[in-house]
Amino acid sequence: MSARYGMVIDLDRCTGCGACMLACAAENNVPSLPQASARTGLTPMLVRKISNGGEGSERREAFIPILCMHCEHETPCVHVCPQQAVEVDKATGIVMQMPQRCLGCRYCMTACPYHARYFNWWDPAWPKGMEKSLNPGVAVRMRGVVEKCNLCHARLHAAKEKAAAAGKREIDPADYIPACVEACPTAAIHFGNLADPRDPVSQQSHSPDAFRLLEHLDTQPKVYYKSKEPWVRALSEPNSGPSMEAKHV
Amino acid sequence: MSRNSLVFGFGLAVALLAGWVAFPRALYSKRPQPVEFLHKTHAEKSGITDCAQCHAFRDDGEFAGLPANDTCAGCHSDHIGTTATEATLVDHYIKSGQETPWLVYSRQPANVWFSHAIHVRRAGLACADCHGSYGDSDQVRVYEVNRISGYSRDIWGHSMSRLDRAAGDGMKMSDCEDCHRRRGIEVGCLGCHQ
Repeated sequence: MSARYGMVIDLDRCTGCGACMLACAAENNVPSLPQASARTGLTPMLVRKISNGGEGSERREAFIPILCMHCEHETPCVHVCPQQAVEVDKATGIVMQMPQRCLGCRYCMTACPYHARYFNWWDPAWPKGMEKSLNPGVAVRMRGVVEKCNLCHARLHAAKEKAAAAGKREIDPADYIPACVEACPTAAIHFGNLADPRDPVSQQSHSPDAFRLLEHLDTQPKVYYKSKEPWVRALSEPNSGPSMEAKHV
Repeated sequence: MSRNSLVFGFGLAVALLAGWVAFPRALYSKRPQPVEFLHKTHAEKSGITDCAQCHAFRDDGEFAGLPANDTCAGCHSDHIGTTATEATLVDHYIKSGQETPWLVYSRQPANVWFSHAIHVRRAGLACADCHGSYGDSDQVRVYEVNRISGYSRDIWGHSMSRLDRAAGDGMKMSDCEDCHRRRGIEVGCLGCHQ
């Protein structure tokens, strides 16, 4: 059975601590380069701050983690890539980026309406000794290629291998949990199979509080957000959503 | 035969020799293995017939690849023979606690993800299907490394033209794809890349 992996992120629980960003960087061998700015750095998972634009007691703020939305339909990055370096995996629904095939034209970054793609402006480098702690399941990306969230594909690999070793065809869902989901101290990020109606994440995605970003584009993201606050839910509407800003962790 | 066709024939021969003989020799540099290990000796003298006795799976399904010195020390904790190789293994590596720096012929580039568990346990492939018949080797093979890419020659294979490849010679992406296509198994890019 083909899965449709996705997320439901409960924005009412997100405190903006940035643990997901750090976990993502550690899991996926993302270098922390001193010369990188908020605009040029690599943040496959990025916590942004949003506000309702009010003043004084009227003001409301919230945090929203932005990652690749894994669009199911009309996936913009796939359409523009001249290298066929991006594809939507039929078996998992994961939008897969192949940095080794990327020529660095950055069309996909322009096409992505969620700004969830990042360019390697520099050679990857780590403080001395830290390269020993790199994840062996994730290849380091070279300078000049685009990268993004692959839903911690190394963990899916490990889960598949474990299942095969045990003589099973299907992975145990408990074995495949992305690093950000695992690291979130308030359990705001939920990960699961949206194609499985019994999966709690699939059920949460149908909640009246659930919404997706830029739904009018019909990209059908597999990353859902959830909030009881109407002003936060307004993020799903074109041009009327709350203002968003980058947050540095 | 006219003079022109002689000149053409000579030029063609020189070009082919340069391409098929001189270039591969220049492209690959040879490195000796740290210990002259012979699969055949182990199979015949100590009765090891199953690859998995030394090349084992870990509990989580990951393939351990080449055995660590602990496995060798199961028999070679002290000198078994009088050969220079035996002395190197025991004195230089096992007794000093330093892992033997084997050169791995089938080491894939860092962006390749390959699961032995899926191929061996689930698909039922034999080791020799991809690796060739290592078990019969009666002399240690020379490890050749591509001077440009740093990859082992086994990845491209020993046939430069790749037209007369023996089974198990060559571990390029196209070799994986050939087998997958024959078996009708489709995986996306990240099915095998990481």
